[in-house]
Parts: sequence; C-alpha cells; structure tokens
Amino acid sequence: MPIITVQNLTKNFDKITAVNDISFEVEEGSIFGFLGPNGAGKTTTINILCTLLSPTAGKTFIAGHDCMKEPSEVRKAIGLVFQDTTLDKDLTAYENLIFHAYLYNVPKQKMRERVYDALKFAELYDRRDDLVKKFSGGMKRRLEVARGLIHRPRVLFLDEPTLGLDPQSRANLWEFIKELPRQHNVTIFMTTHYMEEAEVCDRIAIMDNGKIIATGSPAELKTTIGGDVVYIRTADNSKSKEEIKRLLGFEVSEKGDELYMTCAMGDTCIPEMLRTIGGRVLSVRLQRPTLNDVFLKLTGKAIRDEEASSNDDVKTFVRAYRRKH
Amino acid sequence: MNTYIEFNAVYVIVAREFKKFIREKSRLLSTIARPLLWLFIVGSGMSRLVTTSIGVPYMQFIFPGILGMTILFSSIFSSISIIWDKEFGFLKEILVAPVSRFSIVIGKALSGTVLSTFQAIIILAFFPFIGLSLGIGQIAEVIFICIALSFSISAFGIVLATFYDNYESFSVIINFIIMPMFFLSGAMYPVKLLPVFLQFVSRANPLTYGIDAMKHAIFTHKTGVMSPDFSYIIDIAVLIGTSIFFVLAAGKAFESKK
Repeated sequence: MPIITVQNLTKNFDKITAVNDISFEVEEGSIFGFLGPNGAGKTTTINILCTLLSPTAGKTFIAGHDCMKEPSEVRKAIGLVFQDTTLDKDLTAYENLIFHAYLYNVPKQKMRERVYDALKFAELYDRRDDLVKKFSGGMKRRLEVARGLIHRPRVLFLDEPTLGLDPQSRANLWEFIKELPRQHNVTIFMTTHYMEEAEVCDRIAIMDNGKIIATGSPAELKTTIGGDVVYIRTADNSKSKEEIKRLLGFEVSEKGDELYMTCAMGDTCIPEMLRTIGGRVLSVRLQRPTLNDVFLKLTGKAIRDEEASSNDDVKTFVRAYRRKH
Repeated sequence: MNTYIEFNAVYVIVAREFKKFIREKSRLLSTIARPLLWLFIVGSGMSRLVTTSIGVPYMQFIFPGILGMTILFSSIFSSISIIWDKEFGFLKEILVAPVSRFSIVIGKALSGTVLSTFQAIIILAFFPFIGLSLGIGQIAEVIFICIALSFSISAFGIVLATFYDNYESFSVIINFIIMPMFFLSGAMYPVKLLPVFLQFVSRANPLTYGIDAMKHAIFTHKTGVMSPDFSYIIDIAVLIGTSIFFVLAAGKAFESKK
C-alpha cells in the first residue's frame, strides 16, 4: 500500500488555481522528488499534505489517515523541514530538540536518548549546548532534519532542504538524506530547485502550473528526452534553425543565444549537422540527458531560470490570501 | 473547538519562554525599570501635589497600579511573542505538531502568566520602601490577584496577536491599546473621579478590576476618595470571567487561522 495517496487534489486561492486536479502515490521507504518551477504549486501541495491548509477539492491520505478528517494522526506520522528555518535561534541545539520531543509526546524515558541520537546523527553532539544562532546554514539544516525524525515519523517532508546552502554543504546534506530511508525506515518527500540533486530520488513527479506533467524514475524520465541534446551557437541562429529543420528534420529550439535539438546519437548527429550549416557554427557541445533537459523539454524553461512575473504574482497573491484568511 | 489539553506541550511552551526570558537580561531589566521609575519618580513628584488627606500617601496609592502596569506590559509583550514566532518561522514548528490549538493557547497564556507574576513579585518586594506594611496573608492575596490578572491580560494579548502578522504593528498596539488601558485603569487616579464617558471605558477594562482587587488586598482603609471603586467580589469575578472569555476567544481565533 502506498504511504501517500493524493486523489484529484485541487486548491484555489480566490480566483487563482494553485493546484489543479493532481493525483499521485508515493511508495513506502522511497525517496520521492516533487519538482517544478516557483509557483508551480509544490508548497501548496505540501501544506495541504501536512494539514496546514485545507484543499478546495480532492482527497489526501498519509499512512492510511485522511489529512482532512484525522489531522492529528497525520501530524504524528510526518516530520517536516520547511524552506525557511523553523528553529528557535535563541535556544541551544539540545533545547530545540527536547522542545520537539515534548511537543510530539515522546515517552519520557526515551526522550534524552532520542535527542542525543539525533544530535550525533546530525554531527552536532559536541555543539549541543551552543545557541542555534551561532550555527552555519548547513548545521541548522542538519539539525532540522534530525529534529524532524525524533518522533519517528513515517514520512519526512523536505521542502527545498538545500536552499541557500553553499555547494559543499549541499553535497554533505544529500549524503545525509540518502541514508535516511535505510537508517530510519522513513519515506522522503522532497522538493528541490536543483535538478542534479533530484538524481537521488527513486521517483519524481514534475509539476508545472498546478498540474503534474510527468512522473517516473530519473532514468525513465531521461529516456523520454529521446537521446542526447546537442547545443550549437551560430552566426545566424534563425537561419540555421530553419535550415536544420528543413534539411535534417530535427526539431530545433532556442534558449538564450543557443539552439538545441535532441537526437538519438549525438556523436553522429554533430558531423551531419556541421556538413549542413558548417560555416555558420561558432561552437558545439553535446550533453547526455539530465533531469534538467527533461524539465526543459516538458515545461519549455529551465527550472532555475528567473521565473516569469506571472508566477511571482501567484506567490504574492497566495501570501496576501493567507494574511487575509 | 477542541479543548483537549496536552500537558507535555503546555509545559514545554512555558518552559521555553521562561528559559528565554531568564537568558535575556536586558528584557528583565527594562520590564522592572519601567514600573520602578513610575513608582519612585512620578510617585514622589505627585505626592508633593496630592495631599495625604485622601487617606493614603499618593506613592502608596499608586502601588497597586504599578503592579498592574508591570503585569500589563509583560503579559502583552509575552503573548505578542507569537508574532515574533510567526516572523521567524518557529510558530510553524508548533502548528504542525499533533497538538490541539487550544493547548498552544493555554501554553502561551500560562507563559505570560508565569513571567508577569514573576516580575510583579519583584516589584511587590519594594513595598517596605514606600512605607507600606503587609502581612503574609495580604502578600499571598496580592500574588493570587497577580496570577489571575496576568492570565486574563495574556489571553487578551494572544487575541491581539492573531490580528497582526508583523512586528511593526507593535507601536500601534502600544499607543492605542496598552497606554489607554493603563491610564484608564484607576492606576494613577480613582475611576470615580473620571468623566462619566471615561468611567464607562474604564469599566470595560479588565486591568481596572485587577488593580481594584489589589487595592482591596493592600489597603485596610476602605473609605474616602482613594478607596477601591468596586466590591472585592466583583473584581475577582471579572478577573476569572475575562480569563475564561479571552482564553476561549484566543483558542477560537487561533483555530480559524488557516
């Protein structure tokens, strides 16, 4: 039985539809990646799953409990790490964790042990009596993840866990997250902006404009690209684009000052193309498919591109809506 | 509304506030300095102006009011820490926990109660310096009133906090709620000397009854213009009644936040 089930979930904020009739399931013990550009509806979906927001329509279940009807049972079954830190910076690491243990009613005799385990797991045992405000971004994140596990949840939500971290802390954090399902017997539900980080997922759902537009394992999604991607820069992009299309039959798209096309075998496609429009080519690069390409193909934009203002509008709108209600 | 109370959650919410309070020396200092400045500077200045024929020296007369002021500021500020928690994200950690909204409100109201009573007791300890003599029984009575008043005002503060999302709104709260509440509470002058319209406002102010109850407990002198304005029973009844009312209202307001 899947640990998370979402059926025909819809959420409207006044006139804006943030989540539009989505359905998916997450297998127990897996790492599930929920990807999409800003304003795609990821955070809204997570807020509904963790009972902070009520849906306009549809049903959601976690560990067999209905998120609307049994919020308390659902809350016991989940741990959360939000985009923005939710630690109390004026308390020590130990105090933050013990606060969590009390809040989740961890049995008294197990409290200390679990808090110490979590501190060791987060590699912060030696810093346990330091105020959290003295911690680096990476340390805070590790502490938050470890805190989310103290009550032994069955699902751990990680909303952009690496946001704002330097590359090294990001890599460390992923090493740490990858171990979680095995070590803690927990299912991970995560969102991220960094497509290369989504490689750790067992399954991925890609969301755009409130809809799920693709699901599958990273390998499966990459095969949908249909091969390698060739990027070229030419002296006259629009002319080259037209010629490649007409003479070689490739579907060519444009991004920035580059043209790109997908071909089954990139290595043989390049010489062919050079023969056709040779003189105009300034540079060529070949890329094996990555999740970023999948995303680019499906949504027509790179996930980390600065989003068009319409999506920012959604975000501002949602914030304003929350404030009002 | 689910009024089920999780004791562990309530305990840890109070413990957190207390720990943070103890750690922040400057906050402790400022909350204690304000009432002492009012008591010794305003009090001693005014006592030259106001004759003792009113029954008690003016500095003694305002003592219950100063205790009320300590509680008013400290209770409102500690409840409004909810806004801080909102701003720094910590509130989310509490809201996603399997804890009823009512327990959170009780926890926050009790935090305010513990901190305010603690500070009021420090101010109360100054009574010998203004020439008052209080027995153990009277002191216990005053402390009991402080607890009830602190709880009522703290719960009121939580209701306020649910209306505001950021801490810039503090100045609004201070200028338009805290100061009028203080001036119209009978702290600095008896309610019965106010114009009728303002008396009406004073009667709607829970702080008035808390201060009035303390006047009953502290002064044996029960006649004259500076005597208590209401009966002791009414004072206590209002304190308990408003405590229950505000805490239920806060629970309700908190629950409907989605």
